[in-house]
Amino acid sequence: MSKLSAEDLLQKLTSKFEGALNNITQPYGLLTLETSREQLLEVLGYLKAELQFIHLTDITAIHYPELEKPFAVVYHVHSLVNGIRVRLKVFLAAADVHIPTASNLWEGANWMERETYDFFGIIFDGHPDLRRILNVDDMTVFPMRKEFPLEDPNRIDKKDYFFGR
Amino acid sequence: MSDIQIVEAPPGIEGSGFFATSLDKAVGMARSYSLWPLPFATSCCGIEFMATMGSHYDLSRFGAERLSFSPRQADLLMVMGTIAKKMAPVLRQVYLQMAEPRWVMAVGACASSGGIFDTYSVLQGIDEIIPVDVYVPGCPPRPEAIIDGFMNIQKLVQTESGRRREDPKYQELLAKYGIQ
Repeated sequence: MSKLSAEDLLQKLTSKFEGALNNITQPYGLLTLETSREQLLEVLGYLKAELQFIHLTDITAIHYPELEKPFAVVYHVHSLVNGIRVRLKVFLAAADVHIPTASNLWEGANWMERETYDFFGIIFDGHPDLRRILNVDDMTVFPMRKEFPLEDPNRIDKKDYFFGR
Repeated sequence: MSDIQIVEAPPGIEGSGFFATSLDKAVGMARSYSLWPLPFATSCCGIEFMATMGSHYDLSRFGAERLSFSPRQADLLMVMGTIAKKMAPVLRQVYLQMAEPRWVMAVGACASSGGIFDTYSVLQGIDEIIPVDVYVPGCPPRPEAIIDGFMNIQKLVQTESGRRREDPKYQELLAKYGIQ
């Protein structure tokens, strides 16, 4: 029983943020919006305060090496009150991977942003403690970026039959 | 006749009422049948080890009844499972805290070589950070394989000199790992 349909929500958002939201799609019924770095906190703040999106499900990133702006930072927010989810995407240029932190809105954003920094190198400005969370501290690369050569397909030193499988 | 088997005495000179052998052999035999393992189990190989400790395979037969979860009183470090690079300093610290004489057994493909996890986050074999005496192959190895590895450790213990740490070769090996 959704108390707020995706159409109503979209209507509310578009009237409030005229022109700041684009590329609106609804794959599998999940409302997906693109916004800009400058508008992001306003949109998130509005979603949380006015529309009761109290649960931040996830923050992560995707690397599209072929795009002009290759890094997409993805926010999933869930309104437990209204029973509806929204996905927000912000695309960033490779030379400038800064984005404002959401940890002032949701405490849970702290670790999610650390993880996103750890694997993609996205820098969350204003984050209270932006350091690696899963990988070793002295690592210099961001492993989830698609900038590493694939393994040599002709390797045989780790074939299954060496391991009794 | 009972079918209880008793360990053979080490080679020595036997006569009526006396038996002479070298101290190294006597000490080695005693040590080898009272090894206290420290199970460093991080993944599936650790589960296999639990089966090895259970009544069916019963590692306790070898005198390894007391698993020491303190490195201070353990002789044998059994590393069972994937060691991530983040875990490496912990493993090394556990090894350093063990008193001599100490032996190390790498159980399974992951501990021996990184196994299928050919990744940036996984240590490609624990012999990158600590010296290893016996490698047990398999993914995961069956309890029989773990017991076989254990018996190989026992052979080592029986045939080594009683004070291995004074052996120049051993010191050279430790120096290679930057230990003492």
